[in-house]
Amino acid sequence: MSAPAAIALPVEACDYRTQCEPVRARFERLKARDVALRVEGLGKVFRNAEGAETVALRGIDLVTHRREFLCVVGPSGCGKSTFVRILAGLETKSSGTVSVGGVPVSGPGADRGMVFQGYTLFPWLTVKRNVAFGLEENGESRHVAEREAAQWLALIGLERFADAYPHQLSGGMKQRVAIARALAMRPRILLMDEPFSALDTQSRARMQAYLIEIWRKIDITIVFITHDLDEAVTLADRILVLKAHPGEVEELIEVPVPRPRHPGQSLTPEFRATRARLDALIHPSEAEADGPADLGGLDMVTRMASVGDEVE
Amino acid sequence: MRAPQPRRPSDGDAAPVEAVAPLPPVATASPVAGRARRSWIGVARPLTRRRYGALTLLSFLLPLGLWAAVSYLPFLWHPLVEVTNPGDVAWMEPGMRVPRAAFSEEVAAAQGTASPEGRPANPVYLPAPHEVAVAFWTALTAPPPQRDTIWLPASLWHSIQIIVWGFTISSVVGVPLGVLCGAQPTIARLTEPVIEFVRYLPAPAFGALMVAILGIYDGPKIAIIVIGTFFQQVLVIANTTRRVDPLLVEAALTMGSRNLRLIRRVIVPAVLPQIYRDQRILLGWAWTYLIVAELIGTSSGITFFITQQARYQHFDNVYAAILVIGLVGIATDIALALIGRRLFPYVMGEA
Ligand SMILES: Nc1ncnc2c1ncn2[C@@H]1O[C@H](COP(=O)(O)OP(=O)(O)OP(=O)(O)O)[C@@H](O)[C@H]1O
Ligand SMILES: [Mg+2]
Repeated sequence: MSAPAAIALPVEACDYRTQCEPVRARFERLKARDVALRVEGLGKVFRNAEGAETVALRGIDLVTHRREFLCVVGPSGCGKSTFVRILAGLETKSSGTVSVGGVPVSGPGADRGMVFQGYTLFPWLTVKRNVAFGLEENGESRHVAEREAAQWLALIGLERFADAYPHQLSGGMKQRVAIARALAMRPRILLMDEPFSALDTQSRARMQAYLIEIWRKIDITIVFITHDLDEAVTLADRILVLKAHPGEVEELIEVPVPRPRHPGQSLTPEFRATRARLDALIHPSEAEADGPADLGGLDMVTRMASVGDEVE
Repeated sequence: MRAPQPRRPSDGDAAPVEAVAPLPPVATASPVAGRARRSWIGVARPLTRRRYGALTLLSFLLPLGLWAAVSYLPFLWHPLVEVTNPGDVAWMEPGMRVPRAAFSEEVAAAQGTASPEGRPANPVYLPAPHEVAVAFWTALTAPPPQRDTIWLPASLWHSIQIIVWGFTISSVVGVPLGVLCGAQPTIARLTEPVIEFVRYLPAPAFGALMVAILGIYDGPKIAIIVIGTFFQQVLVIANTTRRVDPLLVEAALTMGSRNLRLIRRVIVPAVLPQIYRDQRILLGWAWTYLIVAELIGTSSGITFFITQQARYQHFDNVYAAILVIGLVGIATDIALALIGRRLFPYVMGEA
């Protein structure tokens, strides 16, 4: 099933595939870098107790380069979490290969950090010891680990909270600490599964800015899952669009919005064209899943208010 | 994910049939207005401090009041008559408790002779609160009246030692094994079925066996406590460990924690507050095995005190001893709860 041909793009918008000169140059530089992550023919089939099978992923191919920011979007249930969990080594794959920096992935490893959707800081450790945790697990002495953790806390601007416990932090701060904790092990790839979806709009915008700031400063490749399409366009170099049942690659979009990004860009033609393309790719299937798209069908709702007492 | 909604009105239920009409009908049922009913059940909110304290006090005062009423109000129950003056009835003695019917029979039969006198009384096994209070105080403070009887504090101390030994031995093996079972399904399947079976064997049934193996003194008593606690403990701790937040474990895995280090640094700390709470409950169970355990071999401890006093019909002392067990139990629990609050400051809303 390929994308429907009759997608109406906004008339004034440019094609999302046309890139201005700096953007094209950036992508060329990006693709010249080493391959950070290579996924070939990745498939995942879940079997439940009765033997029924769910094809969560099928034939995913993907190559990302060092210091790329990749976003993964797709309708609910298309296998985004499964994908990133396989990359992290938390889930086994049914077919295909995944390699990070040329090394095949088998099980979780320190070369891939992960930030989860829920809060996963260890509640019994202070913020500093949470950040130091990965270093200690990888053989650093507690003293060295804590000194390095303090530096990471300075980077995310939370050194004042070094001795606080996670339950004393706001949601945004917790996720910042979680990012620092994952980065402290110096992974090649940072995997993030809807890390900001529990936050309110303002904190989310702030967190996006933080993340971009961190990404600019250190040598890290980011795979970022989101269901917020604006977030994807704001953050990503490229956006991997998956489709559901089975989860396959729908399209890999190179975002034509120039960097550095800023909030005002959400009105530029490149941004809107990309956003429109994502809408077109993702929304039809969601409308199908969640009920009738045309309001004519809503007439079947029994009227409970008096005639004449209209609100619209 | 929601299933696609039926679009065709005909395959819905009754209501959508009318939906084809240009204006959907107004539902005829009148609104459910003005019925503001108060619900006593809802999301439980913490009580105010004063109410909390008052209710706690009341929960002790209510049964105490009932006991006092039955003891001090002569018209409540009092099935016996305590003879104060036997009169001419040969078989009666002062202080004797006789059934009310037998007493009134003698009173009716005492034509001409001096009739017996007495007052309503409860059976000897239900002493009045003040008698128990006095016995409680004497038992704790005064040395025993006779040489061969044992002193309550001494017997209590002996019992506490039995409990502490039994519970410690059980925990030293049971808690790590439980955590291991909770963290590793293979180990769990290998151990839990047989433990599940053994825990249904009543611990006292092992009494004779334990005496044969461990002698007649404290050994078999401690063993009974261990048998009674251990198997439950492994299962309870394993179940608690299984409830560890899987995200925490996965986060630790992505940071390189493995095997025993994962258990020690993540799984145990994550469930430690709950394990601590389980241990408090299990300690209560250990106390319930105490009475049986102490009857095995040479009886000892608080149980020996109780059986001995019951044999002499000193039921006030029996109640005093039972009261002491209760007080020690609740004091331990409150102390452990307070310590727990200190140990796990990050756990909110746990007692
Ligand atoms: N452990 C599992 N066992 C069986 N099926 C699973 C399991 N985990 C996921 N699935 C199925 O695999 C598919 C993909 O799930 P996944 O959680 O990866 O989707 P997602 O894209 O992350 O969805 P969302 O946007 O809701 O987070 C779904 O159909 C889901 O039902
Ligand atoms: Mg998901």
